[in-house]
Amino acid sequence: MATVIVNDKPVEIGADKINLVQAAERAGVLIPHYCWHPSLSVVASCRMCLVEVGEKKPDGSVAMQPRVVPACQTPAKDGTIVVTNSPKAKAAQAQTLEGLLLNHPLDCPVCDKAGECTLQDFSWKFGHAESRMIDDKFAPPNKDHIGEHITLFTDRCIKCSRCVRFTREISGTAELEFVHRGEHEEIDIFPGHPCNNKLAGNVVDLCPVGALGNKDFLYKQRVWYLKSHDSVCPDCSTGCSIHVDANKNIVYRLRPRENPQAQGWYMCDDGRFGFHYINSEHRFLRPFRRDKPGGSPQPAPWEAVLPELRQKLKDAVKQDGSSVVGVLSPFLTCEEAYLLAKYFKGLSGEVRLALGPVPVVGEDDVYPKDRKGKAVPLPEAKFVIHAEKCPNRKGVEEVLRHFQGEAVAFDEVLRWVDAGRVKALYLSGGYPPRPNGWIGDDAAKSLEKVPLLVVHDLLASPASERAHYVIPAASFAEKDGVFVNQAQLAQEIQRAIRPPGEVRTDGQVFLDLMERRGLVHAPTIRKELAKEVPYFASLAGEPGEHGLKLNGAAGK
Amino acid sequence: MPDHEPVLLRRVGKPGSQAIDGYLADGGYQALHKAVTTMTPEQVIDVVKTAGLRGRGGAGFPAGVKWGFLPKNHPGPIYLCVNGDESEPCTFNNRVLMEEDPHQFLEGVILTAYAVRAWVAYIYLRYEYGRSFRVLQRAIDEAYAKGYLGYDILGKGFNLQVYLHRGAGAYICGEETGLIESLEGKRAWPRIKPPFPAVEGAFRKPTIVNNIETLACVTHIVQRGADWFKSMGVPPDPKNPRDAGSYGPKLYNISGHVNKPGTIEAPLGITVRELVEKHGGGVWKGRKAKGAIPGGISMGIITEKEFDMPLDFNGPGKCACLGLGTGAVTVFDEETSIVDVLYNITRFFAHESCGQCTPCREGTGWMFKMMDRIRRGQGRKEDLAILDEVAKSIGIMPGTTICGLADGAGWPVKNAVEKFREELEGYIKQGKKTTPLTLVGAH
Repeated sequence: MATVIVNDKPVEIGADKINLVQAAERAGVLIPHYCWHPSLSVVASCRMCLVEVGEKKPDGSVAMQPRVVPACQTPAKDGTIVVTNSPKAKAAQAQTLEGLLLNHPLDCPVCDKAGECTLQDFSWKFGHAESRMIDDKFAPPNKDHIGEHITLFTDRCIKCSRCVRFTREISGTAELEFVHRGEHEEIDIFPGHPCNNKLAGNVVDLCPVGALGNKDFLYKQRVWYLKSHDSVCPDCSTGCSIHVDANKNIVYRLRPRENPQAQGWYMCDDGRFGFHYINSEHRFLRPFRRDKPGGSPQPAPWEAVLPELRQKLKDAVKQDGSSVVGVLSPFLTCEEAYLLAKYFKGLSGEVRLALGPVPVVGEDDVYPKDRKGKAVPLPEAKFVIHAEKCPNRKGVEEVLRHFQGEAVAFDEVLRWVDAGRVKALYLSGGYPPRPNGWIGDDAAKSLEKVPLLVVHDLLASPASERAHYVIPAASFAEKDGVFVNQAQLAQEIQRAIRPPGEVRTDGQVFLDLMERRGLVHAPTIRKELAKEVPYFASLAGEPGEHGLKLNGAAGK
Repeated sequence: MPDHEPVLLRRVGKPGSQAIDGYLADGGYQALHKAVTTMTPEQVIDVVKTAGLRGRGGAGFPAGVKWGFLPKNHPGPIYLCVNGDESEPCTFNNRVLMEEDPHQFLEGVILTAYAVRAWVAYIYLRYEYGRSFRVLQRAIDEAYAKGYLGYDILGKGFNLQVYLHRGAGAYICGEETGLIESLEGKRAWPRIKPPFPAVEGAFRKPTIVNNIETLACVTHIVQRGADWFKSMGVPPDPKNPRDAGSYGPKLYNISGHVNKPGTIEAPLGITVRELVEKHGGGVWKGRKAKGAIPGGISMGIITEKEFDMPLDFNGPGKCACLGLGTGAVTVFDEETSIVDVLYNITRFFAHESCGQCTPCREGTGWMFKMMDRIRRGQGRKEDLAILDEVAKSIGIMPGTTICGLADGAGWPVKNAVEKFREELEGYIKQGKKTTPLTLVGAH
């Protein structure tokens, strides 16, 4: 076992190939760093992580190197000694920070990064309180044209080159570049080639200071007001782990959350900027009832709608169980899918269940790309945006398989509808507004044949326009549960905000339909699910921060 | 010391010294014949190692030892990069070699490529050296035509392609890994080491980077043997076990306020005073010298009192300077303001810092801003202490930056603050300029 000694404290690192920053982290010691990022190449150029390094020989003697050494560049080996708090190491760190602040404007009060800025944090912990430079600072102009979603406050840049390396190594599109030399160095783009790749938003997260800004979030909120909630991006089957940052029931931004099991460190711009429908004023805020076909929907209280619906579904089942179809959307959490399936199968074993429309757009988008937009072969892929634009097809399918042996596709349901075999149809949704929608006009038109159409969704769609009952759905940010991504990784989403208006979470609606008392509590239902459906057996405990792989022995 | 018979410069000034015919008539390419027909590559490396040839580019690393770092039995390709990016201020010894006797140096390139088993040699030439470029390209073409370059050289199955690559004008391209990056078409940001170029260099293959003057010496070492080379120069200091000695001839440049600036050749170890008095014709206008830069501005500054310092690989260190550097001595006379000298030096480094490492990028800029302010008569007493501290911490403290540029930027400032403190303090106290502001040696 390899042991590294960090500030006199031994720490086991096993056989891991890590650098001294990581080794120190395991010992609970923060080595400040800017340019180093675990997913990018090592350049050791910010010189913030300078430490003293030595080696403990097998005979017990210690040989320290006479120089300071960047911790990010030095591999941790057995017997490596790291000293981060000696006068020499501290002086080197303070000197680097003084250098970084020489030309950095002190505009923290108007900077979006303030509060989560490592330059602020490290200055506080490792730097001087005052600058000794009395001369003018170098202040190049801001560059708003740098990208559609990103902007550059050029003077705040500390030249760590993380963003440049990101566009070269992860997205492969190489839009960002340094121009000029020395302290006049700036980040820039080649004229006419802005940084508009699908991963561009990540450079804002990578930026350790407030130089790169997210235009979508800029000046909307001070970050210290935001509460961060661990969640999963619902926009494709990659299932990126994210933070949902919200304040006072408004989601302000999504940020990727590091998860080596899911996507790594990043997320795509489709997911990052595609969440605004959560705060949309067009959302259904209460249940609606349409009394006659083509009529306008009338708002109705839950207390009236739920018993009515329950009764109508019961009646339909009484007439012919197989003419009642429940459609489980791939946007439902596993717990919700379980509840809905349980509800319908509880009415009658004959009720048919199907998988809702699975939106697929184009092909899987693989990064890094080369400058001509051609992707690298898959094994070397650093990031994949999947074509399947829903978070939980896999999980819902497994629920369906358990309850009726197969996961019927939505097209099959439409064929049943055309054949006149469907008397009642419950369409669960939760679909975000995307180009072309989740259901076409023609398909929706054929649904007019169904005598009882219930649409449970976030926003108006051709289906909801024809529905007899419209039940408002809750978005991913408003509920708890588990999504299973394309790689069968189960990850937890957490409620970040309260559902707007009178909206009840989907799980709550299903509980109410089942006439089960109480409020929905995802972990309890998950335990039930784990007990009943073998595929989810391992979810009986907590799925954990990085999720749980479900493709074990439990089932396929 | 008896007068030195020039070796490297022996053909300079001869009519047709640049053409291959003249070079052949003077016994050129004999070393190549000798090596290729009678020696193995390892024997060439051995003789260079025995001769104690140290790199003439500035750091003085033993060339043979460097070649020995190449991985053994590497399937290739191995590259040889020739550092012709001579951009240290006041330095112009490579230029003489390239412009006046290109074949002598080219033969060294071929010999070195033979020794390190390189198939391709890139000569990275400073952009500003237009004449060198033309002369060298002509020489390369001639060598190809005569069969000293190309395939199956001298019928011994040894192949070598030489490419002349012109830089784009940055000081940092003279740093060996910066040179490699630039050669690969990238921004010349020096690489972190390890891996060293001998393990992973140009195009991620083992690469040897040598200075032009070093390679010119190789030609003579192979031809005349290691003992001849060791008969010149200064043997290692017995008190310093890490000293590898300073052997062989060296080109020295004399510039600045002397009567006869130029390039001369002398065995290593000549003193500054001898250079200035004997070869430089003394300080101009009958004035006295105030000080000098001993070997390119990165090496520091010496005062007139220190002129008896020998210019070998150890000498400048004894006068609180960094090292021999390029052997380019620049003298400034007693009427030169040290403020102007420092202003110029700090401006150069602020302009040439590549901008990669924080201490250098910000430190060089800060030192320049301070010197600019002091020169305008708005200096503060504490500025000198800050200058001294910044100079010491950005590069002289080992490990703070990736390459040696910050080190070089620090030494002259540190030296000046220590050695000319009185004058600097006086200038700051006076609060206004002592001499009219003129740009000294604009670049």
